[in-house]
Amino acid sequence: MALIADLAVQGLQMVLVVGAAPLLTGTVRKLKARLLRRRGPSIIQPYRDLLRLLRKDAVVAENASWLFRVSPYLIFAATWVAAALVPTFGTGLLFSWSADLIAIVALLGSARFVVTLAGMDVGTSFGGIGSSREVMIASLAEPAMIMIIFSLALLARSTQLSTIAAFMSSPAVGLRVSLAMASVALVMVGIAENGRIPIDNPATHLELTMVHEAMVLEYSGRHLALIELAGALKLLLYVSLIVCLFMPWGIAPAGTGWQTHLLGAAAYLGKLTVACVALALFETMVAKMRVFRVPNFLGAALMLGLLGTLLLFVSRGL
Amino acid sequence: MTGAPATVSLLGMAAFFALSIFALAGGRRRLATPLVYGAALALSAMLHVNAVVALVAAAPAETLSLPMGLPWIGVHFRFDALAAFFVAVVNLGGAAASLYAIGYGRSETWPMRVLPLFPAFLASMNLVVLADDAFTFLVAWECMSLASWGLVVAHHRTPDNLRAGYVYILMASFGTFALLLAFGLLAGPFGNYAFDAMRVNHPAPLIANLALALVLIGTGSKAGLVPLHVWLPLAHPAAPSHVSALMSGVMTKVAIYAFVRVVFDLLGPPAWWWGIVVILPGAASAVIGILSALLEQDLKRVLAYSTIENVGFIFVGLGLALAFRSNGLVAMSVLALTAALFHVLNHALLKSLLFFGSGAVLTSTGIRSLEGLGGLIHRMPVTAVAVLAGCMGISALPPFNAFVSEWLTFQAILLSPALPQWGLKLIVPAAGALLALAVALAAACFVRIFGIAFLGRPRSDAGAQAQETDGFSRMAMILLAALCLGAGILPGFVIDGIGPAVQAVAGGQMPHQAQVAWLSIVPIAQSRSSYNGLLVFFFIAASALMSVALIHLLASRNTRRVPAWDCGFVDPNPALQYTAVSFAQPIRRVFATTLFMAREQIAMPPPGDAAPARLRVRLRDLIWDTFYVPIGSAVGIASERLNVLQFLTIRRYLSLVFLALIILLAVLAIWR
Repeated sequence: MALIADLAVQGLQMVLVVGAAPLLTGTVRKLKARLLRRRGPSIIQPYRDLLRLLRKDAVVAENASWLFRVSPYLIFAATWVAAALVPTFGTGLLFSWSADLIAIVALLGSARFVVTLAGMDVGTSFGGIGSSREVMIASLAEPAMIMIIFSLALLARSTQLSTIAAFMSSPAVGLRVSLAMASVALVMVGIAENGRIPIDNPATHLELTMVHEAMVLEYSGRHLALIELAGALKLLLYVSLIVCLFMPWGIAPAGTGWQTHLLGAAAYLGKLTVACVALALFETMVAKMRVFRVPNFLGAALMLGLLGTLLLFVSRGL
Repeated sequence: MTGAPATVSLLGMAAFFALSIFALAGGRRRLATPLVYGAALALSAMLHVNAVVALVAAAPAETLSLPMGLPWIGVHFRFDALAAFFVAVVNLGGAAASLYAIGYGRSETWPMRVLPLFPAFLASMNLVVLADDAFTFLVAWECMSLASWGLVVAHHRTPDNLRAGYVYILMASFGTFALLLAFGLLAGPFGNYAFDAMRVNHPAPLIANLALALVLIGTGSKAGLVPLHVWLPLAHPAAPSHVSALMSGVMTKVAIYAFVRVVFDLLGPPAWWWGIVVILPGAASAVIGILSALLEQDLKRVLAYSTIENVGFIFVGLGLALAFRSNGLVAMSVLALTAALFHVLNHALLKSLLFFGSGAVLTSTGIRSLEGLGGLIHRMPVTAVAVLAGCMGISALPPFNAFVSEWLTFQAILLSPALPQWGLKLIVPAAGALLALAVALAAACFVRIFGIAFLGRPRSDAGAQAQETDGFSRMAMILLAALCLGAGILPGFVIDGIGPAVQAVAGGQMPHQAQVAWLSIVPIAQSRSSYNGLLVFFFIAASALMSVALIHLLASRNTRRVPAWDCGFVDPNPALQYTAVSFAQPIRRVFATTLFMAREQIAMPPPGDAAPARLRVRLRDLIWDTFYVPIGSAVGIASERLNVLQFLTIRRYLSLVFLALIILLAVLAIWR
């Protein structure tokens, strides 16, 4: 019985993340538009976009290889698996032990590896520029993320996300400098990884500063739909990660009844809304950076993560 | 395989040497190439199976001595679990290289320069691993260096190869010299060169410290540890590709074996700071190696630099194991050592695979520089799939194998707050950050080489005419790619297989993994960390297939083929694609401006002038400039000064000899 309940939670989570991801993107877009005093598209516009893309033919460049056509599925699958392992409304995910936080980040790395290759497949200059900048950003964002994981894992004595989330919602956690540093660093990494302002602008085309959109420029139809959905999933993943680690209130612990899970879902919805507002506000307030400012931004995240880890290493001995 | 793995191994080695002699006699025949490599394949496969069986059965250590070599000493061999593990790795790489070479060797222009040395090289690597006294060890070590040197200069008409061979033989002699002194120190005043004696008589702390430094220099120079790595990116690519694979994938592992054998087995209890001495150059190698790879355009040299990175990774694991061990934390030491040995296996598989791929590209196009390649995924589909697997594996992406070993290393780092010493507390997290950086840069590096060489459009005519490589080469590559994926999906079995080897030197082994539910790996405890490659692979495959099915059921299935869009920008010229240099530009600007003094010079013609604008990138190898150039010039100056000694009269020579004798006697008198 418990197994069936766990399986239900896990299955629900898998469906939930895919279902909710476009809504998150739509809400952020709507809020940003309202902040600029525009009406903006409806918050369900991303669903309509996806449907429209799915109905269209895929237009593929003549010299595209099989990798180009397989990539969208791989990118989507890897991102989906990663997103399904991050606790949203409850920590009792059945398969959370199959990949810990390091593996989740590495899964996103696999997705990135494939997307950067897909960008280079057709052999256009835009694809190349996007891929080369993406790997530069990743080369700083990934170590920063690993350092954040180190901080969290040293505190919770585990790299299992469920265990860390349970630890963070327990009273044992207390107020810690390392956690403050890790939270700031995680937000910075999340912004960079999702290509949000000030690192990249998800709303532009035809700018020399764009990164993610340049890589997927050749995609269309169902392929583009999958990549867009994977992008939305990744944003949801990072938001879920930040809220389950640093705003763990209300999250349903493993093995509790459906009432707790319902409460957890409501709390999760509230937290998502807060995150949307914060992201929209932040994106409206800052301007996009030059590409070669990005290393400073991410270098700061890396240093914060490293300092947090060092503090923990040192304080353990005291 | 009945109970005498050591005998089987020795017979195998003898057969290898016989094969060398056979190749020397009949290498000119056309049939010699498949015969020699086929026999080498059979022998390596036999030795590999022999070692794996011994390892899995956890056979007790077995010793053998032969009445050869120096009088009163003889030649000693020992086949314990650690040796079995490394024999398995060496011969797995050897078998793959032999299989590959049955096809690849046909295009060899100088078979007589390669065929006789290849089996000898394999035999001497086996011999190093089995040696049980310093004399046998050093002879085998030198054989290994010499055989590989002969293979490096096999294509001696290429001018760069001779320089590569020269630098290599210098560094190899230097390394052997350091090892010779180390064994001299360990043998003690009575000159007991058998490893058995060294294992029992632990040296005084000062002697042990000196020996550690010498062993680190000796094995580090063979493995490619910064700053002793300068020969590696010259020599490994110069050899024929299957030999490059052996040198990078296997010979560096033999050096790591030597380090483990001496430091963990012979040197006695470690001091706490030994960990730092090993971790620091390891972390530096990881970052400097992979950055150099990103700045390099030659495909095989990129792979050689990436070897330096991986060797650095392994040494960090070994250093951690030493640090834990010095504090009596056996379980943690075991975890770190298992991670390092797992990475030894992974890197042997991956680097062999990638060098095979580069060899296939080289024979098919004749081009080694990335700037002439492109679009090979269309012309060489099987090679492309295998190389893609290798690139994903070596970038430590799940569900491939290197991810597991790097994950284990990170788990070991996360245990290190338990270390009481402040030096370690500060160094270990910093090394962790450097490793994380190296892993991220490795992904960038391998996106770059796969993206430039195999994707996009051909950048030269030769690249556009590429043909798929022969069947044997393809078989070898696919086999290795399958092994990489297999080891990543079922890491528990590999960890269990490494267990006895770790037990032999670290006094413990990781919890048995094969019984863990669902074939997960759990290094310490389920609540602490676990990873299940099988499930991750299954989930990815299932969700990918599910999305394929759903989309093909519900969405439009039509595909139209049109010219590339590229924002409406029409560029018929493949030269307008991103190149290897331009792909690395952002990373070069971020990381190499200080570390490699990277500078860009732009020569822009004045308006109206039709001359092309030029962008020149200049890099400086600071390690070469700081360490090697001064030593080289000092040797040059000294030899010029001492040149007068060549033209003395016989009387002066006699008096010099007499003087030297007097001085030596005086020293002896004072010493006593």
